[in-house]
Formats: sequence, structure tokens, C-alpha cells
Amino acid sequence: MGADSYGRGAFGPFLGAGTSSFADFLATAAPELLPRSAGAAGAAAAVSPADPAAPGSFVRGLTHGTTIVAAACDGGVVMAGDRRATAGNMIMSRDLDKVFRSDDFSGIGISGVAGTGIELARLFQVELEHYEKLEGHALSLDGKANRLASMVRGNIGAAMQGLVVVPLFCGYDEDTGIGRIFSYDVAGGRYEEHRFHAIGSGSVFARGALKKLYRDGMGAEDAVLACMQALYDAADDDSATGGPDVSRRIYPLVAIITADGFERLTDEQAGAYAQTVVEGRMADPDGPHAPLREPDAPNGGRNALPSG
Amino acid sequence: MPFYVSPEQVMKDKADYARKRIAGIRSGVVIAFDAGILFIAPNPSRALRKFSEIYDRIAFAAVGRYNEFENLRKAGVRYADLTGFSYDRQDVTARGVANYYAQVLGAIFTDSQKPYEVEIVVAEVGKTQDDDEIYRITFDGSVADERGFVVMGGQADQVAAVLKNQYRDGMTLTEAFAVAIGALASPVKGAGEMGGGSDVTTAQLEVALLDRGRAHRMFRRLTGARLEALMSEAIPSRKESEAIADAAAGSDEDAEGADGSDAAE
Repeated sequence: MGADSYGRGAFGPFLGAGTSSFADFLATAAPELLPRSAGAAGAAAAVSPADPAAPGSFVRGLTHGTTIVAAACDGGVVMAGDRRATAGNMIMSRDLDKVFRSDDFSGIGISGVAGTGIELARLFQVELEHYEKLEGHALSLDGKANRLASMVRGNIGAAMQGLVVVPLFCGYDEDTGIGRIFSYDVAGGRYEEHRFHAIGSGSVFARGALKKLYRDGMGAEDAVLACMQALYDAADDDSATGGPDVSRRIYPLVAIITADGFERLTDEQAGAYAQTVVEGRMADPDGPHAPLREPDAPNGGRNALPSG
Repeated sequence: MPFYVSPEQVMKDKADYARKRIAGIRSGVVIAFDAGILFIAPNPSRALRKFSEIYDRIAFAAVGRYNEFENLRKAGVRYADLTGFSYDRQDVTARGVANYYAQVLGAIFTDSQKPYEVEIVVAEVGKTQDDDEIYRITFDGSVADERGFVVMGGQADQVAAVLKNQYRDGMTLTEAFAVAIGALASPVKGAGEMGGGSDVTTAQLEVALLDRGRAHRMFRRLTGARLEALMSEAIPSRKESEAIADAAAGSDEDAEGADGSDAAE
């Protein structure tokens, strides 16, 4: 029994009132399994503490995940991520998964050092399920977002060494019936984003695109298309972000989270959206144009220039 | 230590104590059907559960003192989540969980003053009904590998005798539900109390199942309208089920902690 080797006493660390947090339980029962103590600080320091350039080159040699975008839509939220992973100038993976289902009504996307990030997402999945099983009900969406903040904060030691990981958390709020987006910084700061957000190396370009394409109250299909366009723009200008790979049939990962739960689009479905975007770009490489002036101001005049 | 008591005597006393306490506990049934495994027991509480999820394909069922089996349930969830996180989700097995419970219950039986007054079932749905696994663990840590169905609690022998006659592989959910309800009512029938109580209502039952057809986590509870529908489909006349209401309302010593009033020893 693998787990029996952990902890102390005849029954292992499992019996007792304890905590409902899996991460806290892990910290006492098997701290070596926590991403935060994955030897990150030691490994980075071991390269050569005397050579200040070494830790940097060590981190550059690690696989990094890149761009994740999210957009709230009518009755939920859409999140999407490109598939590329890079180490410096090398493409390490063309089909990496960076958008994960964290439970029935939420998802987590990862950018930064892929190894630490994927482990963080895995731990977060178990954390939510563990709480739900022990307590008999799921955490609130705010509770989940806060829990993730403290887990990111736990990684700060490794982040100081360069192993930076930043998640994007999206979920359907069952209490209010809307989709919500949370972003984080390496210090564990939790920021609720409104309408749309993007993280990762290509996020600047993706956010610029979403700013022009996003409409309040847009349906899920439109939101998926907007995210797909934003990822295309990110890939256009950021070498670390991968665009739709038509020849290999590798397309961005898209998840739609609504009252019906977390639904990940199949390759065929995502491919259809990607195909629409790619075909559009054949005619116009810079993608759809937001109107400079909107006479009927469908977006509350937000996008319109002052006339006169 | 003023007196010498032989180990034989100590063990016998503990076993007698546990058996006596468990004899007063209402029975619960775990029964396999074509699309999964069904759990059913009388339980008037909405909040204190006898059946719960352990892991993707694995569920926990228990009767006895609530604080004791709740402690074991949480330990099982921690064990399963830790194993799944250290290795992989598919590496968590009912056999592993059952073994863990056997160790714990065995050690508690030998080492502590008072054995746990519980009976536990760990069940896992496989890809087909042949791959299903059901383990029953008793207060002294002994494990039995059961096929098809298992009964926990006080009148286990009587209930199991009915099930043995009526159970067959490949029953539908409705059939399994009807058979289980009938079996749970049988001890009361035998005592000649038939017809004395009110109709069994869904509010008096706790029903859950491991559903082979679900993705990710296969455990789900049957409550509300879904349970009502199953009940009226399985027992159109409700005749059969009347007696279980007596069982649920039984006035015998309630060793069952599901009423939440049991204090820890």
C-alpha cells in the first residue's frame, strides 16, 4: 500500500478530525509531494550559486506554457489556451494541455513553468474534490478562488528562483448564475476580472484583441470565436504562443463553463472555430476590424469615439 | 494491575460487546445491478449519511455509531486522495481501501478498550458487472469479498436470506431496488408486525448508487423526485414496503448514531 508508507503511527496520518484541505493534509502527511517543496529552490541554487547567470539559464531551459484567454459569456464563461510549450527558443511541445477541469463548474489555465503549473492544477483539482467529499458539499466559487490564491502564494519561494507559475481561474457561480474570471500574481494576489482577461507571454496581444472583439452579453459561441481570434493575434505577435496548427490538426483547447457544467470542446468542434478564423485571416491577415465609430452604439457607446 | 485477565477473555468480551451493539442496528443493503451498485438503508437524517463517495469508482457504506464510521470514512477519503495524487487515479482500488480499513479496525479491536461498533462496506464498480468488487469489513478487521450483494447491521442474516433467494446477476436498477426494499422489510414481517405502520416514504430512506455510465466520479445520491419515481416504479402498490416503515420507526435500542445523539466514548 503506497500511501501507508507516509506518516506516523499504526494507522498512518489519515485518522482524526484533521482538516478538509488536501494541501494542508499533504503538508503534514507527505510534504515532499507538494509542488512548493519540489526541490525548486535547491535545484536552482545547485546549478551554481556563485554564477548569477546560471539560475537564469537553468530556468530558461525549462518548459514554459504560454497564453490563456477567458471571456465571460451569457450564462457562463469561456476559457481557451494555445497548445505550445517553449524552453527558450525551442518549441518543447505542440500539443500541451494547459486548460484543466478543476471541478464540475470551474476550470484552471496555467502559464509559466509547465512542470510546476501542471502539478499546481493537479493539486487544485484534488483539493476541490477532497473538500467536497469530506464536507459533503462543494466550496463556493469565491472559496475556490481564495484557496487557489493561497496555493499560488505557497509557490513564492520557487517563484523567487524563477519558477514562476500564474494560473487563470474561471468558474460558473451557482449562486448568481454568471461566469466569473480570477487572475493571480506570484505573490498570491487574487484579482477578479470583469468581462475578459488573458495571461501568459502572448496575453498583451490577446487582451488587445479581446478589447476590440468583446461585447457584453455575447453568447457562448461568439465568446469562443472571440477567444480563438485573440489567440490567433497572440500567436501572430508572440513567438512563444502557437496558432492553430492546421496541418497537424492541433487546435487551441476551449472549455465552456455554464450551469450545465464544464464542457471541453472536442478537437472537431474547436477545429471548426479555428478553421473559421484561419479562413477569415486568408482574406484579412489582421482579422476582423472593430468599427471606428459606432453610430448605433450597440456597446453603450463604449467603443465609439466622441463625435464632434 | 490488580487482576490478571486472560487474553482469550479480553477478546471474547470485546467481541461479545461489539456483536451485541451491532445486533441492535438497522440493516443496510449494498446490491449490484446491471449498470452499477445500489446502496439502500433506512435513515431518517438528511444530513448524516451512511453512504458516501471515496474515489472515482469507489464508495463507502457503513452502519453503526456515526462518530466512529465518519472517522473511518474521512480516513478512507484521505487515503484514497493521497494514493491517487502520489501515483495515478487508476491506482486507487477498493481492495487497497478495504485493506486499510481492515488494518485500522483490527488494530483498534486489539489495542483499545472498546472496539468500533461499525460494519463497513467498500464497493467499486468495474467496467462490467463481473469486474465489480464489494468488500465487507467487520468490527474486528476481518474482510470478506462478497459477490452480488451484502447486508450490514443487526438482522443481516434474515435480510441476506431473502436476498439470496431473489438476487440474480443483471437485474435492472428498478428490480434491484424492489428486491432490496423487500429484503429490508423481511425481519419486521417475520416478527408479525406487518401492516402496523405507515407507508414507507422516500424521506425514511437513504439511497445512493455507483453508476457505471457516468464520467469521472460515479457516485451519486438518489433523492427527491428521482427517488420518488424509482420508488413508484419499483413498488407500484407500496404494499411490500409498508413494513420497512416499522423498521425505520423501530423503538428498539437505537445504537445507530445517524440521529447524531451519540457521544464519543
